[in-house]
Amino acid sequence: MPKVTIDGHTIEVPEGTTILNAARMIGGDVVPPAMCYYSKLKTSGGYCRTCLVKVTKGSEKDPRPMPKPVASCRTTVMDGMEVQNKTAPDLVEARRGVVEFLLCNHPLDCPICDQAGECSLQDLAYEHGLAKTRYEFSRRTFEQIDIGDKIKLHMTRCILCYRCVKVADQVTDKRVHGVMNRGDVGEISTYIQNAIDNDFSGNMIDVCPVGALTDRTFRFKSRVWYVNPVDAHRDCPKCSGKVTMWMKGNEIYRVTARKDKYNEVIDWICNDCRFEKKEVSDWKIDGPAKIDKTSVISQNHYTVKAPSHKPMLNSVNMVGSKQIGE
Amino acid sequence: MGKKLLLKNDHISGIQSYEVYRQNGGYASVEKALKTMTPEAVVEEVKKSGLRGRGGAGFPCGMKWSFLAKPEGVARYLVCNADESEPGTFKDRYLMERIPHLLIEGMITASYALGCSNSYIYIRGEYFYVSRILENAIAEAYANGWLGKNIQGTNYSLDLHVQVGAGAYICGEETALLESLEGKRGNPRIKPPFPAIAGLYGCPTVVNNVETIAAVVPIVNEGGDEYAKIGIGKSTGTKLISASGHINKPGVYEIEMGLPVEEFIYSEEYCGGIKGGRKLKAVVAGGSSVPILPANLILKTAAGEPRLMSYESLADGGFATGTMLGSGGFIVMDESTSIVKNLWNFSRFYHHESCGQCSPCREGTGWMEKVLHKILDGHGTIEDIDLLWDIQSKIEGKTICPLGDAAAWPVASAIRHFRSEFEEYVKQPKSIQDVKHYYRLQEAKF
Ligand SMILES: Cc1cc2nc3c(=O)[nH]c(=O)nc-3n(C[C@H](O)[C@H](O)[C@H](O)COP(=O)(O)O)c2cc1C
Ligand code: SF4
Ligand code: FES
Repeated sequence: MPKVTIDGHTIEVPEGTTILNAARMIGGDVVPPAMCYYSKLKTSGGYCRTCLVKVTKGSEKDPRPMPKPVASCRTTVMDGMEVQNKTAPDLVEARRGVVEFLLCNHPLDCPICDQAGECSLQDLAYEHGLAKTRYEFSRRTFEQIDIGDKIKLHMTRCILCYRCVKVADQVTDKRVHGVMNRGDVGEISTYIQNAIDNDFSGNMIDVCPVGALTDRTFRFKSRVWYVNPVDAHRDCPKCSGKVTMWMKGNEIYRVTARKDKYNEVIDWICNDCRFEKKEVSDWKIDGPAKIDKTSVISQNHYTVKAPSHKPMLNSVNMVGSKQIGE
Repeated sequence: MGKKLLLKNDHISGIQSYEVYRQNGGYASVEKALKTMTPEAVVEEVKKSGLRGRGGAGFPCGMKWSFLAKPEGVARYLVCNADESEPGTFKDRYLMERIPHLLIEGMITASYALGCSNSYIYIRGEYFYVSRILENAIAEAYANGWLGKNIQGTNYSLDLHVQVGAGAYICGEETALLESLEGKRGNPRIKPPFPAIAGLYGCPTVVNNVETIAAVVPIVNEGGDEYAKIGIGKSTGTKLISASGHINKPGVYEIEMGLPVEEFIYSEEYCGGIKGGRKLKAVVAGGSSVPILPANLILKTAAGEPRLMSYESLADGGFATGTMLGSGGFIVMDESTSIVKNLWNFSRFYHHESCGQCSPCREGTGWMEKVLHKILDGHGTIEDIDLLWDIQSKIEGKTICPLGDAAAWPVASAIRHFRSEFEEYVKQPKSIQDVKHYYRLQEAKF
């Protein structure tokens, strides 16, 4: 089994493991952020470039460093490989650049976004972003399109991670949506404004790292940190029936799949469980859900270890704009 | 006169047609290869020739061919990259238009060497009329027994297909090309796996430029060693150069590698000097993606040696004082050229052509274009120049495919060598009517 060292931590991993997954096995601070990779979706990853790492030693056999940073989610570990994530200042700087690119055209409409509080981009920006943008041009907008009565698409928030396209390809039976157009005018869309309508389409909402795809049945009902996550299950003929219900008192505000600490769905759930079963009597309750991540939900309700990082507001040498603290 | 291998017959009238092409020695390489050589022997000749890929990267062709996986019972493919979309490059079009049978002959010989029974020419959408020329030539080749079942009575069979793209620069990147050829969205694939292992339809595939494949014909005819005698060092053979810009004689020239740049620009045989006797200001030597060099650095290296038209000499000095041969799109700019305006034009191109998969390229290309426009429009600041530098440095080397680098290098090199010109724009804003006009046109379109 190949051995890899990431930021000084060495681990032995099965053949074919990616650097990102090796880092996840180590855990903690050595795990690079991932905005497009999704372990449950084949061929995901490689797009967003937030998971870039620096390979300082290729392998035992060929110890040369890799000439460019690599996407850890798509690069497999070689025996003797040495990788730097947080310990390489130039890499951290490169990643900060990626975050800045992701935010360039993002509307930053967090105050009215249903994803706020459980948004991967918020977390990423908090950790790596600048306090002020250097992008001074108008942000791109799109014609709104209606993709059905259950899922709301806000294209302006999309970071084109392709996760929802892969869900549609791999989890639902007929894909009716994909990426149209090219470059920075590319957009998630359905062909000739079709509604997305099939039993598992709701999983697109769960995999979306930002607020581009949200649950219409939960739209503007509550901030996520005011609802309590409760694990529950039911006998469902279509899916595992294992869900997290988000409740206030005895009222179910929304239903999602259960997620792990990297915000990834554990079992896909069907649209019946997600959108139709909103009565407590529909469910058998398993107990409070564990929220093990850096979101505001955990900050307010749960005793979890606070993230060990500090926001890096002042460490970048910025040109042309002032930062907080100056 | 330099030796000509590819364009030696292009002046002959009717060379487009099968009869004239054949009368002038056409299809000899196919005969020689199929009847007297094993496929491995053909690969060996190409290796000996030292031929390097003419599509831009300059990867040794023989080596690429020998990397091709050959699992039992799995088809292999040869795909010719005729997507030629790099601004400043038009040599493939010239070759296909003038001597279409040369490409087809090369495709047959190369396909035989690689053991393919189906090969493809992927041609850019804008070259629709050229695809017609190719299709006619292919029909002639079929009619004369050079394609199809049992070519010239041997037991080698090959079908050759032409596929027209829809006009996207990114489909020239080899894996995006394969996606497009498969009928999918033209997004570059994440490598590995490389096409030599899993390319078209998941099968082992070689992708080669038009000129690379055409060069196989003289290599097989005259032998790899003969070919390697032409040129200089590891830049063997001849190269087609698309010369454009402020020169007296723009056009496609076949040069022997190692020709001094100065001779290429000023001699009557090639570009014939700068138009109107003006002074040379800068050259983009290998298509819009490669770093721009000021006159002093394109004519002589930093060490004072004459700069030659070869992979090594043009790259001498790294990016600090050198550039790349790239695809051979030689763009000459005289003293009247605005480097900033030209750069904006390039940036506009890369912004438009980014496939949008990776965030640095998707967002960064547009950002750079906007900052450049701001500077041109007279609203720039000195900080904007630093910002541009910073943006390009955050794109370069951080993307899936080299388009990100191709967008970053022109910006980096223009600032590196012509920073004072950017500063001038910032300090003494000029009104740039044609740039404004472009945006007005764009707005009108949407
Ligand atoms: C954005 C981009 C555009 C490209 N366009 C072309 C092209 O139009 N024609 C071409 O031959 N190669 C092009 N290439 C290079 C190809 O990816 C590939 O390297 C080449 O076809 C290999 O052929 P060769 O080894 O014969 O040069 C492009 C590469 C990139 C990154
Ligand atoms: S570098 Fe640009 S063109 Fe290439 S894959 Fe990334 S977004 Fe697409
Ligand atoms: S998570 Fe690896 S590139 Fe997006």
